[in-house]
Amino acid sequence: MTRGLRVFWTGFVLHFKNLSASPFMMTTAAIWPLVYATLAFLMFRATHQAPSLLYAALGAAVMGIWSTTATSAGGAIQQQRWYGILEILVAAPTRLILVLAPITVAIAGIGIYSVCSTLLWGRLLFGVPLHVSHPLLFAVAIPAAVLSIGLLGLVLASTFVVYRSAQHLSQALEYPIWTITGMLIPLSLLPGWITPVAWALAPTWGMRAVRHAALGGDVGVPLLACLGLSAAYTLLAMLLLHHFERLARERATLSLT
Amino acid sequence: MIEAIELRRTYRTTTGVIRRRPLEVEAVRGITFGVEQGELFGLLGPNGAGKTTTIKMLITLLLPTAGSARVLGLDVVDDAREIRKRIGYVFGGDRGLYERLSALDNLRYFAELYGVSGKAQRRRIDEVLELVGLTGREQERVEGYSRGMRQRLHIARGILHDPEVVFLDEPTIGVDPVGARELRQTISDLVAAGKTVLLTTHYMFEADSLCDRIAVIAKGRIVGEGTPTELKAGVHAGRVTEIEAFGVDDAAVTRLKEIDGVTAVNVEERDQKQLLVVQTSGERELTAILLAELDGVEVGRVASREPTLEDAYVALVTAE
Repeated sequence: MTRGLRVFWTGFVLHFKNLSASPFMMTTAAIWPLVYATLAFLMFRATHQAPSLLYAALGAAVMGIWSTTATSAGGAIQQQRWYGILEILVAAPTRLILVLAPITVAIAGIGIYSVCSTLLWGRLLFGVPLHVSHPLLFAVAIPAAVLSIGLLGLVLASTFVVYRSAQHLSQALEYPIWTITGMLIPLSLLPGWITPVAWALAPTWGMRAVRHAALGGDVGVPLLACLGLSAAYTLLAMLLLHHFERLARERATLSLT
Repeated sequence: MIEAIELRRTYRTTTGVIRRRPLEVEAVRGITFGVEQGELFGLLGPNGAGKTTTIKMLITLLLPTAGSARVLGLDVVDDAREIRKRIGYVFGGDRGLYERLSALDNLRYFAELYGVSGKAQRRRIDEVLELVGLTGREQERVEGYSRGMRQRLHIARGILHDPEVVFLDEPTIGVDPVGARELRQTISDLVAAGKTVLLTTHYMFEADSLCDRIAVIAKGRIVGEGTPTELKAGVHAGRVTEIEAFGVDDAAVTRLKEIDGVTAVNVEERDQKQLLVVQTSGERELTAILLAELDGVEVGRVASREPTLEDAYVALVTAE
């Protein structure tokens, strides 16, 4: 394993463990999506607009992952600042992207609990059939969607290194991203001008890959698009972090005071 | 190993709620000093003197506003990543660790961030745990650690990658006397192992017992530099008289300061009473004159003694 991958993996495991040890984080990750799921099931059951209840269940599950990331990614950087860890992390000789990416991806990873609780909720309360067309591809599509959301969170989180109040920005993006990426409503129902924006967002393709793997359809193209865009986000975050780290050293925003 | 030349740092902030006005705070105002290999150098100063800002510039967390600094021959602005590989940074207080995780998890993570190779990690973690006296407690969650244990874990984290230079920013702050003594022993062990250490503290006895050389910093400027003995000798050829008194007013303190031979008067509030610490130059006995000036003030214990580093420090800092 190269050093970069090892640092990423060690960081991911540490932060996943740290977040999983937080009762608040776990309760939020498991229960919050149930509200979305219940609303989605009732909406879709009433209108018969969606192909199936499983379609709604998967959308609600991925919404849960995004909500956790949007609200917690900024909070996580701020938390590192509160705990006095952000300065130590920046003072390490490792590139900042390898320090921060595991944090946001681990937060998105906590969303896996959302997927499990949502599907179980749907099955037990609404009788949602949990038949998956391509189980193997589904097993690949879920982590790809998690990764894409985590890396989108990283692009947003990179600003938190220098701007202490930037987390309000990511929280404000919570609802628009649900809508634009087709997590709740099919993209075909939205105005045409939104489509190019949706295509530029990796979670759109991650969501599509998950749904196609579960309900049938081409998984390869959305999966590749999701991974390709995730790689582009990584590059963008690298550039932003390089710039913001210098700015943070100049403006003294790494610590609380 | 460490060299600061005319180093300056200004913080820009704003003041006011509705009409925000820019405000500049000069935290470090052109300081120059050097630290030799294997030396334990102390930066001594009151809160807000600029100690932490100076350390943060040297460890590449802050960019200097003016002047220059080099660590291990490398520039703190241009060679940040190379410097970070070769230095360790430890600060005092409760923060800076993942509380919900074990000490071992914390150390493994930071070992990875500091490029300690997989094979060497276990051995190195065992070594640093042994050095700071935490062997056998590494599987416990940090949230259950005492303040002293956390501080020792901080030191273990800071030296995991075997750095050549270690920066310790008030490492014993808030630690109980026994814990602080153990920490001072750990710091001595670091120097004995050949590390160069830059220590900031406001505990005089700590600086006196540990440091080879000290720079006293006040209001962002270095106001005195030398070995503890040189600093004590440089400030005083005289004596210190301590007078316990009840209800001394500013006018009385002013009268004491005006006495020929008195170099400084410091008032320490102690519950109902005050302790007047009067520094005098030369060998002339001034106790009777001092007490005469305090006529009408209830006076308790009076004692005369040799000057300590604390007296030297107070004289330097209050002279600014």
